[in-house]
Amino acid sequence: MVIKLREISKKKPLFTGGHRLCAGCGAAVIARQVMNMVDEPVVIGNGTGCLEVTTSIYPFSSWNVSWIHSAFPNTASTIAGVESAWRALRDFGEMKDNYRFIAFAGDGGTYDIGLQALSGAIERGHRFLYVCYNNQAYMNTGYQRSGATPASSWSSTTPVGTKQKGKPGRSKDLTAITAAHKIPYVAQASPGFWNDLMLKVERALQIDGPSFINVIQPCIPGWGILPRDSMRLAKLAVDTCYWPLYEIIDGRECTINYHPKQKLPLTEFLSLQKRFKHLLKDENKALLEELQAEVDTDWEMLMMRCVGSLR
Amino acid sequence: MRVVAETANGAVAEAMRQIEPHVVAAYPITPQTEVVEEFAGYVSDGRVRTRFVPVESEHSAMSICVGASAAGARVITATSSQGLAYMWEMLYIASGNRLPIVMALVNRALSAPINIHCDHSDSMGARDSGWIQIYCRDAQEVYDTFIQALPIAEHEDVRLPVMVCYDGFIVSHSLARIEMMTDERVRDFIGSYKAIYPLLDRDHPVIYGPLVLYDYYMEFKRQQAEAMNRALEVVFEIGKRFGKISGRSYGLVSSYRMEDADIALAALSSTARTAEVIADELRDQGIRAGVISPRLFRPFPAKALLQALGGIKVLGVLDRADSIGAGMAPLAADIGAALQSAGSNIRLYNRVYGLGGRDLTLSDLKSFFLSLERAGQGKEMPAHFGYLGVRED
Repeated sequence: MVIKLREISKKKPLFTGGHRLCAGCGAAVIARQVMNMVDEPVVIGNGTGCLEVTTSIYPFSSWNVSWIHSAFPNTASTIAGVESAWRALRDFGEMKDNYRFIAFAGDGGTYDIGLQALSGAIERGHRFLYVCYNNQAYMNTGYQRSGATPASSWSSTTPVGTKQKGKPGRSKDLTAITAAHKIPYVAQASPGFWNDLMLKVERALQIDGPSFINVIQPCIPGWGILPRDSMRLAKLAVDTCYWPLYEIIDGRECTINYHPKQKLPLTEFLSLQKRFKHLLKDENKALLEELQAEVDTDWEMLMMRCVGSLR
Repeated sequence: MRVVAETANGAVAEAMRQIEPHVVAAYPITPQTEVVEEFAGYVSDGRVRTRFVPVESEHSAMSICVGASAAGARVITATSSQGLAYMWEMLYIASGNRLPIVMALVNRALSAPINIHCDHSDSMGARDSGWIQIYCRDAQEVYDTFIQALPIAEHEDVRLPVMVCYDGFIVSHSLARIEMMTDERVRDFIGSYKAIYPLLDRDHPVIYGPLVLYDYYMEFKRQQAEAMNRALEVVFEIGKRFGKISGRSYGLVSSYRMEDADIALAALSSTARTAEVIADELRDQGIRAGVISPRLFRPFPAKALLQALGGIKVLGVLDRADSIGAGMAPLAADIGAALQSAGSNIRLYNRVYGLGGRDLTLSDLKSFFLSLERAGQGKEMPAHFGYLGVRED
């Protein structure tokens, strides 16, 4: 499969400009890249969060397709309801169109409050692609920590103080958790690698079952970065192996989609972000080393998993 | 028509088979469980084409219902107690999006302490959620009302979700004589479903659940309130239309021996039937007693209720849920408001009873009725509010 930019450029945009996301916001880029790959009738489910509030302020919408938002913890079950209706209408002979279903939710709505609904929906096997735009904190409500917030990161509920330096504990590996459901397709992606992300969306949309793509998303105010550095950070996350690009099929077959020619030190990624500013101070050297060690170990574990996986 | 011996839960499952909705999403909880189990059997045997979604929680059950209904499907669910509590935020989202979902709510007490038996604290807590609420006195009413619920919910003047409430165990699990209609008659009555603004219309994309701020939010809510008001007439019309095909006509308020009554008891659901027994007994003693039972609780049928009360002097209101701290329980508060607005002189006494399935004995009921009689004659001044059938020390 090859992504032809010329062809994509000619398509009618299904996710349009004019939304109220921040300049440089990674979520907008992700939504655009995902929607570029939609060729069949589609319904979008959007969990409460940045993407939802900025693209649906009544009476406006940035979506040229049917779209539903219902609440925060249930993006997966809401879209599963739409999909169930579609299957039923087909069984009743009242529907002929072949629909696809895509859910967008942030890490708060996916790692934390929406984990139960996500687990239930993918275990039941509904046909939908779930895209987690993962900015690693509750950015919509003002940068509070989530289960995706990395160790020692500043957030507004894990501030850097004299006693505690950012978030205690590590982030959970949700990609592995979803893969453990043995669903047809799970992947990690980054908008900085648009070709890889869009190919993954294409693969996921061909499946008559659940798929999950965890996409790292630079957040301008939450990460404390410049709008122009958004995609640069989306690339650095991958080139430091902080956010490896890989996919897991049926919970078994694991493939790393991109090996950095030269694995960059984590500081290349951290130093552009205010949320990690304290880690660059000498007094917090140990915390920085811990984070680097975690990245190194996770990367090695992933390589081992992919080498040993069934093909 | 066929006569069967069936529980109310079995009757709901049978009505669901006859209705054959597009989607059913539900999670098991006592005492609703049988509804889901029996219906799952119909799905497994291919007797319905319904998509049954056995979800991982009630929150997801209602989320599936919201998604499926917005997509353009006819949708049914069932729950009780904690299940309804867990659906809470989604109840408002279902009604706010004007989705005609139908729910069987088998009334059960709320934790803590945990209790599986009947009271109305689950549905009473949801009385402001924008759902139409109908309470059924017996299994026949449950079956009949469940069939009426869809045309009410889907009526173009309404487009609101409907909760059909009936007493856990007392009605849900008791075998009763039920007259059931043929499948054809049920399907004729409910008609085929015409979705309005479905998500699944590729030529007309729609948005459900946008962010609506202070510039438009209030108009949304005002329209929703207006739809609820219109439901009064629609529930009434459909109850009458149902009478034409079944011989069992329904109104907004059920009355028993109210024509010349001096005193009356008001109660929801199965307790109204128990109160009728005592009313008969008092009538034999020369006391003109009657019973009223609002069938419709949301929207509240104030006008029909005042009419039903006629010329009584004293009214006792029995509530199977308390509104702790309010000084008056939900049914009494609403009846009181209706009396006040109409400038009525009827005196109202409120008792909370039957919490967590506590049996309401005939003697408790009778002594309350008699205290109302003495109050009517000015011989006694009972407390305006209290608990009935409880250890107080």
